[in-house]
Amino acid sequence: MTTAAITVEGLRKRYGDVQAVDGVSLTVERGEFYGILGPNGAGKTTTLEITEGLRRPDEGTVRLLGESPFPRNPELLRRMGVQLQASAFFERLTAREQIRTFASLYGVPAERADAMLETVGLTEKAGTRENKLSGGQAQRLSIACALVHDPELVFLDEPTTGLDPQARRNLWDLLRAINDEGRTVVLTTHYMDEAETLCDRVAVMDHGRVLRVGAPSELVGELGAASLEDVFLQLTGREYRQ
Amino acid sequence: MSAEAFTSLSKAMALGLLRDRTAAFFMLVFPLMFLVLFGALFKNDATARAEIVQVGRVEVFDSLPRDAREGLEEVLEIRRSDDRDEALEEVRAGDVDAVVWQEGDEVRLRYSAADRVRAGNARALVDSVVQQANIAATGQPPAYGLTTRQVEDESLKAIQFLTPGLLGWAVAMGAVFGSAFTLVNWRKKRILRRLWLAPVSAGTVIAARVGVSVALALVQTAVFLGVASVPYYGLELSGDWWLAVPLVVCGTLAFMSIGLVVGAWAKTEEAANGAAQVVILPMAFLSGAFFPLDMAPAWIQTVSGVFPLTYLNEAMQDVLSRGQSWGAALPVMGGLLLFAAVLTAVAARLFRWDDA
Ligand SMILES: Nc1ncnc2c1ncn2[C@@H]1O[C@H](COP(=O)(O)OP(=O)(O)O)[C@@H](O)[C@H]1O
Ligand SMILES: [Mg+2]
Repeated sequence: MTTAAITVEGLRKRYGDVQAVDGVSLTVERGEFYGILGPNGAGKTTTLEITEGLRRPDEGTVRLLGESPFPRNPELLRRMGVQLQASAFFERLTAREQIRTFASLYGVPAERADAMLETVGLTEKAGTRENKLSGGQAQRLSIACALVHDPELVFLDEPTTGLDPQARRNLWDLLRAINDEGRTVVLTTHYMDEAETLCDRVAVMDHGRVLRVGAPSELVGELGAASLEDVFLQLTGREYRQ
Repeated sequence: MSAEAFTSLSKAMALGLLRDRTAAFFMLVFPLMFLVLFGALFKNDATARAEIVQVGRVEVFDSLPRDAREGLEEVLEIRRSDDRDEALEEVRAGDVDAVVWQEGDEVRLRYSAADRVRAGNARALVDSVVQQANIAATGQPPAYGLTTRQVEDESLKAIQFLTPGLLGWAVAMGAVFGSAFTLVNWRKKRILRRLWLAPVSAGTVIAARVGVSVALALVQTAVFLGVASVPYYGLELSGDWWLAVPLVVCGTLAFMSIGLVVGAWAKTEEAANGAAQVVILPMAFLSGAFFPLDMAPAWIQTVSGVFPLTYLNEAMQDVLSRGQSWGAALPVMGGLLLFAAVLTAVAARLFRWDDA
């Protein structure tokens, strides 16, 4: 247990003219709840997807639980759960069929899949097809699919965007519970209250770079700001983003 | 490869496909409708009788012995009339094929060239009746006899050719569209990425998709052969008809590979649909699926030689209707598999995980 859960060094990724990620280094300890904050277009999703092994960086290295995600590493994939920023569902399948299909890919029994559906409050929507779910319901299903196989390492890309306050709070409870069991959770968000309540540490990103890393309270103190939101605005400025 | 992952992915794919009403209709019901309609339309094709009008007495017909006359009436419908002008008008209008009457020792036949085949039939039949009467009039036994028999199954019915052709077309549609749409849709809906993140091998995903298409094609085969075999259509299967099963499997793989190339190339479902149509339509018409190409110009036959459906149709007819066996099926199976391998390799080169 000496290695960190995630070690990322010197990541760079370019899309045409856009330097989406410009030299990102991060370390996430085991059992840590880690937040990546940043305005739209900061490079959060790209950083996360490279870390998960979905995309190859132009430069830099990634170690997850001491192993490299490249080339595709099924044993490692088994130990991680990913919720993509845009939900990915099988066409014309119901919520229950979706999660059971994903569960079976990990050898998880159907009962456990149904229990997970219950946990995210979707039991009533179990028979509803993917295209008939509301944005928030689809989001919850997508998170349930990411957690169904009890992963050690959980990646969530803007998990609470589009959720109503009830669903948001319930999801916070769920994520806290998962983290309390010793799992490592990495999420991206642009809700400061979320980062403040949930995260042990946050990294504030903009223009593909990490500007600051620290515990939310530390950052507030360091910069003499009133709240994490003020820290965020101080670091990233106030002009509109994409 | 995990059996559980294979099963659940196959199920997810099959459900996604069958729940798409439009796609299910076009892939499953539409080709079957063709069989049902064409089968009924051409049902009497083989026994289609030429129809002639006999005006007044015509010795060679009237003096035919009873059994000879019955035999003649199986192929020639003879109606009597007294009004020659009216009968000639009917021929011009295309209502009957010919008019026959007798003037002295001469039997006169008037026909229209509008339907050459039937007019030719009527002419040949009347001619043979006249010749036989001539021979009989000499009082000698005929010097030469001729027995003819068709090389195909004696019950040469349109259904024997329609069934293999339309089935091949149905299998081609299902496999090309099915695999093209799945690929585009899964890329657009990010399912490919999501599966990348699950500990499931690419082989399992592909095997599940191929399994679904093959199962679909075999169901189509069973339904087509079942429908065509009802007494109304009367398909008669020749000896090694079951060779159609491995042929359909190989054909499915070949057509899926076309779909994979289309799906790997196309960015949207609309583009995939267009590209698939561009392949399927000429292939259906130029492969002999709807009508035989024996009479087609040489260049069309050359073009038709590039389509895998042409070879599948040929081989399917051979084993289903012409009583042929491994000799006809094996080379075609090999060719189809080779075709599938080449196009799958092309698709793999064009493949993208996502649109970005
Ligand atoms: N696949 C892609 N192709 C081209 N540009 C991209 C792609 N993905 C992201 N970008 C660009 O890279 C930058 C970072 O994007 P992203 O990582 O999605 O940011 P965030 O998740 O913080 O909003 C943005 O300018 C975005 O437009
Ligand atoms: Mg993002």
